[in-house]
Amino acid sequence: MKIIVCIKQVPDTKGGVKFNPDGTLDRGAMLAIMNPDDKAGLEAALRLKDQYGAEVTVLTMGLPKAADVLREAIAMGADKGILVTDRVLGGADTWATSTTIAGAIRNLDYDLIITGRQAIDGDTAQVGPQIAEHLQIPVISYAQDIKVEGDKVIVQRQYDDRYHILEAQMPCLVTALSELNEPRYMTPGGIFDACAAEITTWGRKDLKDVDDANIGLAGSPTKIAKASDKVRKGAGEKIVPDSPEDAVSYIVGKLQEKHVI
Amino acid sequence: MNLEEYKGVYVFAQQVDNEISGIAFELLGKAKQLAGDLNEKVTAVLIGSGIKGLADQLAEYGADKVIVVDDPELKDYRTEPYAHALASVINKYKPEIMLVGATAIGRDLGPTVSARVATGLTADCTQLDIGDFPLVAIPGKEAEQKHNQLLMTRPAFGGNTIATIACPNNRPQMATVRPGVMQKIEPIKGAKADVEEFNPGFTPDKRYVTIKEVVKAVTDTVDIMDAKILVSGGRGVGTPENFKLLEDLAAVLGGTVSCSRAVVDAGWKPKDLQVGQTGKTVRPHVYFAIGISGAIQHVAGMEESDIIIAINKDEDAPIFDVADYGIVGDLNKIVPQLTESIKAAIANK
Repeated sequence: MKIIVCIKQVPDTKGGVKFNPDGTLDRGAMLAIMNPDDKAGLEAALRLKDQYGAEVTVLTMGLPKAADVLREAIAMGADKGILVTDRVLGGADTWATSTTIAGAIRNLDYDLIITGRQAIDGDTAQVGPQIAEHLQIPVISYAQDIKVEGDKVIVQRQYDDRYHILEAQMPCLVTALSELNEPRYMTPGGIFDACAAEITTWGRKDLKDVDDANIGLAGSPTKIAKASDKVRKGAGEKIVPDSPEDAVSYIVGKLQEKHVI
Repeated sequence: MNLEEYKGVYVFAQQVDNEISGIAFELLGKAKQLAGDLNEKVTAVLIGSGIKGLADQLAEYGADKVIVVDDPELKDYRTEPYAHALASVINKYKPEIMLVGATAIGRDLGPTVSARVATGLTADCTQLDIGDFPLVAIPGKEAEQKHNQLLMTRPAFGGNTIATIACPNNRPQMATVRPGVMQKIEPIKGAKADVEEFNPGFTPDKRYVTIKEVVKAVTDTVDIMDAKILVSGGRGVGTPENFKLLEDLAAVLGGTVSCSRAVVDAGWKPKDLQVGQTGKTVRPHVYFAIGISGAIQHVAGMEESDIIIAINKDEDAPIFDVADYGIVGDLNKIVPQLTESIKAAIANK
C-alpha cells in the first residue's frame, strides 16, 4: 500500500506566543514546527505501515527550510520526503496551494493521501478537501479514526453533535484531527536515517497538469485587502488574595457591581 | 467567467436530521444586510431529503427565495452528493455571494464546492461588509478599483492576526462563518418565500462514500452558545468528579458548564461543551475561566465575552492577560465558598 502524507511547517502559534511591547506578534520568537493535525496524520500512516508494510512518502510545499519537517517525519519512520519549493509558488491562497500540491502528487502512485484537517497558521481547513477535488478522488474530513480493509478505508468522521462511520474506496484522501492519536517520537536510528536521507526537491516545472494562471500570488482568487496583528483585549485587574474568603468577597462584589446578581 | 452575470446573496441552509441549524438563520440575517447594501435578494439553498416543508422557516428568517434540492441520496450529509448539489445550484443560478456555515459540515462542503466551481473561499469570517477593493484606490489606477465587493474579515495565526480578504476576479465570492458570530433577525411570522425545486440528478460514483453507522452524541445539556453565563473548567479542575464544584456554581447563577479542549481530550466532558478554536466560539455575558491556563486557541473562542473572571493558582497563566477580574488562588477552596456566598447574596436581595 502506498500512502502520501501532506505536512506543513508552521510557526508554533499555540505554545509560547510572545508579543512585542506595542502589542504586535513577535513572529521571530516562534519556533517552526510540524503542524499538529499533520503529525497525527503521519502517525496514522506510520501505524498502517507497521500493520501492513505500507510505503509512506511525506510531501510538503514551502520554503527550503521546510525540509526540516520532512526529515523529522523520516526520523519518525517515513520512507521518502518530497519538498515542493519555487519562488513562483509563493503567496498562494488555498486554491493555488491545493493546485500546486495536486500537481506534485500527480507524479506519484498512491492508495491513500492523508492531510491534516487544518494548519495552525492559516486555520482554514480548505487545502485537504481541495486537493481531493483537483485529483477527483473521494474525501473524508475530520477523521477521528482510520482503518484499512482491503481496498477500502473505514473512517470515523467527526461532526459537531455525532460521528459517522464511513467507508470509501481507495484511492482517496482523508484529513486527520490531532485527536486521532498520540504521535510517536523520533528514534535515534531514525534521526540518523533522516540526516542521511535524500530529500527530493521539485519546482514549478515538476507540477503535472498545472496552469501558471492557478499558482502563486497571481493565481490566488482570494486577495488580502489588509492585515494587522490583533491588539488583544488587555488584562484587567488581578488580585492575589490572602484567603479564599477574600477571593470570594472580591468576586461577589464585582458580580453585584455589574448587576449579574 | 462573466462577473456581471452573478447576482444575489445565497445562503447554504444547513439542516441535520431535517432540522434547520441555527447557523442558517444567522447567515440569513447577515445576508439580508448584505443584500440590502447591494440592492439584491436573499436566496436560501436547502439540500436534503423530505425537506420541502422547511422552506417557510427560512422565509421567516429573511429568505426571499428558497431553492430546494430534495433527493434520497441527500438524506444524511456526505461530501459528494452535497457538493454536486451545491455546485450545480451555483453553476445554474450564478450567485454573487455564497455563504456557508463554518461547521464540521460547512468546512468540508465549502472548500470542495469552491474548488469545483473555481472560486475563492475565505474561512471562519468574523465580519462581512460590502466595500471597495483595493480599500484605497491606487493613485493613477482609480479606474481599477472595484466597488460592491464582499470584504471578508477573519482571524489567522491562531487568532493573533486579523485579515480582510476580497475575491475580486472570481464568482461567487464564498465565505464560511462560525455559529454565534452573526445575528439572526426577529422572525417575520407568516413570511413566504418563492420556492423553486431543482434536482441536478444524482448518480452514485466512486466519490460517494457509504455511511455504515451514525452515532449521535448523547447530550441533554443546554447549548453553551445560548448561555448568558458560562462556568468553564480546564485541566486545573483535576478530575471529572471535581467538575461538580463548577456545576453547583453554574446552578446558582442560572448558567451552564463548559470546558477547555484539554478536558475533552481527557475524556471528562463531551466535545459539544468545548470552547475554543476547534470547539465553539461563545459570547456570554459572564465567562468564568476556572483552572484554565488560557492558551491562545482557547482564548480565541471566548475573548468576546462581556466579563471574564479567571481563577487559577498559577499567577503567570496567560488567562490573566485577557481576564477582566483575575484571582490567583486555589479553585477547590474558592469555588464552593463562592457558590454559597452567591446563594446567600441572592437570598438576601
